[in-house]
Amino acid sequence: MAVRRFDLEAGGDTFEFASETEGKISFWLAKYPEDRKRSAVIPLLWLAQKDNGGWLSEPAMREVAERLEMPYIRVYEVATFYTMFRLQPVGKFHVQLCGTTPCMLRGANDLKEICQNKIGKAFQVNESGRLSWEEVECLGACVNGAMVQINDYYYEDLTSDTFAEIIDKLENGVEVEPGNFVARQRSAPEGDAITLIDSALFDGSVPAGISALPNAPSELPESDLQPLGAKTAKVKKAKTVKAEKKAADAAIEATAELPEETDDKKRPEVVEAPAKGETDNLEAIKGVGPVLVKKLNSLGVFYFEQIAAWGEPEMAWIDEYLSFKGRVARERWIPQAQELAEKKKS
Amino acid sequence: MSDTFKLVVDGKEVEVPREYTLLQACEEAGAEIPRFCFHERLSVAGNCRMCLVQWEGAPKPIASCAQTVGDMRMNPDGSPPNINTKGEYVENARNGVMEFLLINHPLDCPICDQGGECDLQDQAVAYGRSDSRYEMNKRAVEDKNMGPLVKTIMTRCIQCTRCVRFVAEVAGVEEIGMISRGEDAEITTYLEQSLTSELSGNVIDLCPVGALTSKPYAFNARPWELRKTESIDVMDAIGSSIRVDAKGAAVMRIMPRVNEEVNEEWLSDKSRFVWDGLGRQRLDTPYVRENGKLRPADWSEALSVVAEKLKGDASRIAAFAGDLACVEGMKAAKDLMIAVGATALDCRLSGQKLGITPSGDALPRESYILNPTLMGVEEADALLIIGANPRVEAAVWNARIRKAWLWNDLKVGLIGEPHDLTYDYTHVASSTSGLNDLGAFGDVLKNAKKPMIVVGEQAVVGDSGYATLKAAHELALECGAIVSGDDAWAGFGVLHNAASRVGALDVGFLPGEGAKSASEHLSSNCADLDTVILLGVDEVPMSQFGDSFVVYLGSHGDAGASRADVILPTAAYTEKNATYVNTEGRVQMTTAAVQPKGAAKEEWAIFRALSDLVGKTLPYNSADQLRDALREDVPSFAGMNFAPGNAGAEALSAPLPAATESLSDDPVFCPIGDFYLTNPIARASATMAECSLQKQTLEVSAAAE
Repeated sequence: MAVRRFDLEAGGDTFEFASETEGKISFWLAKYPEDRKRSAVIPLLWLAQKDNGGWLSEPAMREVAERLEMPYIRVYEVATFYTMFRLQPVGKFHVQLCGTTPCMLRGANDLKEICQNKIGKAFQVNESGRLSWEEVECLGACVNGAMVQINDYYYEDLTSDTFAEIIDKLENGVEVEPGNFVARQRSAPEGDAITLIDSALFDGSVPAGISALPNAPSELPESDLQPLGAKTAKVKKAKTVKAEKKAADAAIEATAELPEETDDKKRPEVVEAPAKGETDNLEAIKGVGPVLVKKLNSLGVFYFEQIAAWGEPEMAWIDEYLSFKGRVARERWIPQAQELAEKKKS
Repeated sequence: MSDTFKLVVDGKEVEVPREYTLLQACEEAGAEIPRFCFHERLSVAGNCRMCLVQWEGAPKPIASCAQTVGDMRMNPDGSPPNINTKGEYVENARNGVMEFLLINHPLDCPICDQGGECDLQDQAVAYGRSDSRYEMNKRAVEDKNMGPLVKTIMTRCIQCTRCVRFVAEVAGVEEIGMISRGEDAEITTYLEQSLTSELSGNVIDLCPVGALTSKPYAFNARPWELRKTESIDVMDAIGSSIRVDAKGAAVMRIMPRVNEEVNEEWLSDKSRFVWDGLGRQRLDTPYVRENGKLRPADWSEALSVVAEKLKGDASRIAAFAGDLACVEGMKAAKDLMIAVGATALDCRLSGQKLGITPSGDALPRESYILNPTLMGVEEADALLIIGANPRVEAAVWNARIRKAWLWNDLKVGLIGEPHDLTYDYTHVASSTSGLNDLGAFGDVLKNAKKPMIVVGEQAVVGDSGYATLKAAHELALECGAIVSGDDAWAGFGVLHNAASRVGALDVGFLPGEGAKSASEHLSSNCADLDTVILLGVDEVPMSQFGDSFVVYLGSHGDAGASRADVILPTAAYTEKNATYVNTEGRVQMTTAAVQPKGAAKEEWAIFRALSDLVGKTLPYNSADQLRDALREDVPSFAGMNFAPGNAGAEALSAPLPAATESLSDDPVFCPIGDFYLTNPIARASATMAECSLQKQTLEVSAAAE
């Protein structure tokens, strides 16, 4: 950081805030009591810098001092303290190049060379008056280094080539969209997304409908039902609990109303409950969990082949029964079951 | 919670008020704490870190200037905290601080004006290392312009910010600041504009290093070569305590002395930098006008010419005293005039109605001194200034008013032309007729516990002058500004603007029975006078002396000397032991620092010699005998260096004689056009001329905007 002084010559004698800035000034002044209005010195200097083509001239600083009824020297102290207030003229596009470690490791030094070659010395406006640059400390976009800030916007993930192109375009009056200059979304990993890509995750359908009451005892593992520190009680009562649970299951089955069969809804074919361990592991179908398995079992569905054989009407009936509108199709139960059935055979 | 706090400093237990800083507490215990940024009269900054001490149990050394004693906690066992201001721990801490301070400080003591009286130099000897470990380039800082008085060598600056705090807090003109930051931080004025404060010279004393030094004094002398004489300033009626530093026959500089009751430790720029005027334009031999031209003469010739004139018609002889006349001179002049039978004496050349009523009745001393005292403004809670601009008439006192306004919530009202006084005030009216209706400020005065009413000299000038004085006194009585008894408060006083005035009024240098006042004589161009003796009168238009024979006694060739028919050279205030009475009625004496220039003599000796020649020998042969006579005549001269203050409440309780005129509707202007050029010594000073020019340029450019 070098000694900072006003460019008195370039600053001229007068400065006026743009008329549309007045509203913003009032906004800032309204934040502080009248006798503490000097608190607004930094926002006002910032607005003055904006209205003065990106740098703060001496008359602009005086205007701020007069608006806030501050001695000039007090505003001068603030303006020279913060390097974000530039006391020398800047180009139409002022490049703030981050040279701090993460950006430096990602090639900021190359960008610096480009600035030196294409614009000139730091803090000097180039011949056309369109460009100037300075090196600044971390701008807080380390994950996107190397990066620069041009006027108000960040240009990220720059390489020598992309940055040189940006500079050339700006010099020739071509606008450049700010943002990333590699294929990546904000600070997300480079390339296309590989997780959370199912659009259904984002269309609001997943959380719709409930198959069972939340916290229903049957849906939770036994241990969760037990109050902490009640282990001995649990051991003692284990048999009775199991018995109660069976009864509850039966009750659900009895009370669950079976949907009506119509032309396009048909109850799938069922089989007799086989002996334990002889059923297929229906959980292998993506989308089917232990609760669903239980339901399907209670309906008489135990094998992949059964599901694989479902047609449209069966799907519709199951949908109705499970209150999982469209889930069978969406989660591709039937093709999955067909695949799994094939696998089982071979 | 008790109001005091116990501490053990270096094993010695002290009990201090809770609001004391640790530094003050350590000093109370007799420990010496080095410091750069801390100053008793400024706010605490805590940025030099030189005052580090050890607080047993604290993890780090404590900056004692920034630690309030009341915020400290006891030791775990409930005993008072132990502080060490000596020992290895503290020495190490200060040694480290000193090393950092010296990293960027140039090693140019041999060419630095601060050398020999430099805090950094002294403390580097006490706490510094013997050599530097720093091998990089030192930083260099551009020197800044701060005007004709303050020279800057900014590379020497250690950023203590004393100067920044002084101009913002005491001088009340925010002109110095610290710009940029970190190692680029620099002290400067805004775009290197000159300082406009009339107290700016004090930053030179405040600067603990050689960054801000005196420009006129630059490379003139080393402190150990100077003869130091304690004396009194006569540039205004405050009578600041000064120290005159002289080398050989020349005064090299003037510094303030601490005097809590008068100038604290500040000094106005005029008082401080006027010394080069003591060596210029001096009258060092008597002159006699011959064929319209002044020619040098010897004393016997000049005195015999004057004596001849004094033997003439006594009713056509007058003596007027100017702004710098000392009491001894005026006493001798008065005695001589009485001896020859002349009564036309006066010290109120602009027509101030002080000392006597327009009809010639004597007024009590309390009616023309500043009874509430300069220091009293810190007790007051409301102040009405009538027709004065304390900023130029009593610059040092203005800083005290500002202090009271800043810290004690003093409410100030002003009657007279508005000025920037460096504090907020209610402008009541521009003319003295405003005394009839003070508006809202009247209530402020009435509700105040200790109201203070100060009349400026300019307010009592002119026909309505006495009416103003009377009205102001009445107001004081009305609003309870005068309370006698145990809680005495004499809240009424006059602020003078010339060092001689109160002394002259005390001596009774006033028109005698039936004699006209000076302003009456002057407005008629002295038609009734043949001979006029001027004791350093330079501030009136010289054409007003008409065709009279003018005898001028003074030290400098100024307006009076060029009009004079006989010039009798006298000693300036640094060349004689002379008595002055300040605006509070405080009798003080100057001390001769150097010999009078050439053949110049003290005034009283000149009148004593003249009295011989006219055959009316005055009854004293030495200044001491004269002072004895004076003490007998005027008891107020018996006491030295004290202000009567509230003792005047008794006398002020009685109303003043009635006034015949009514209050004026004319605005009261400040009598001092140019602060830097108010007397012959200042007008002879090149430094003051430069300041004046600087000020005019600033005013012109401000007016152009």
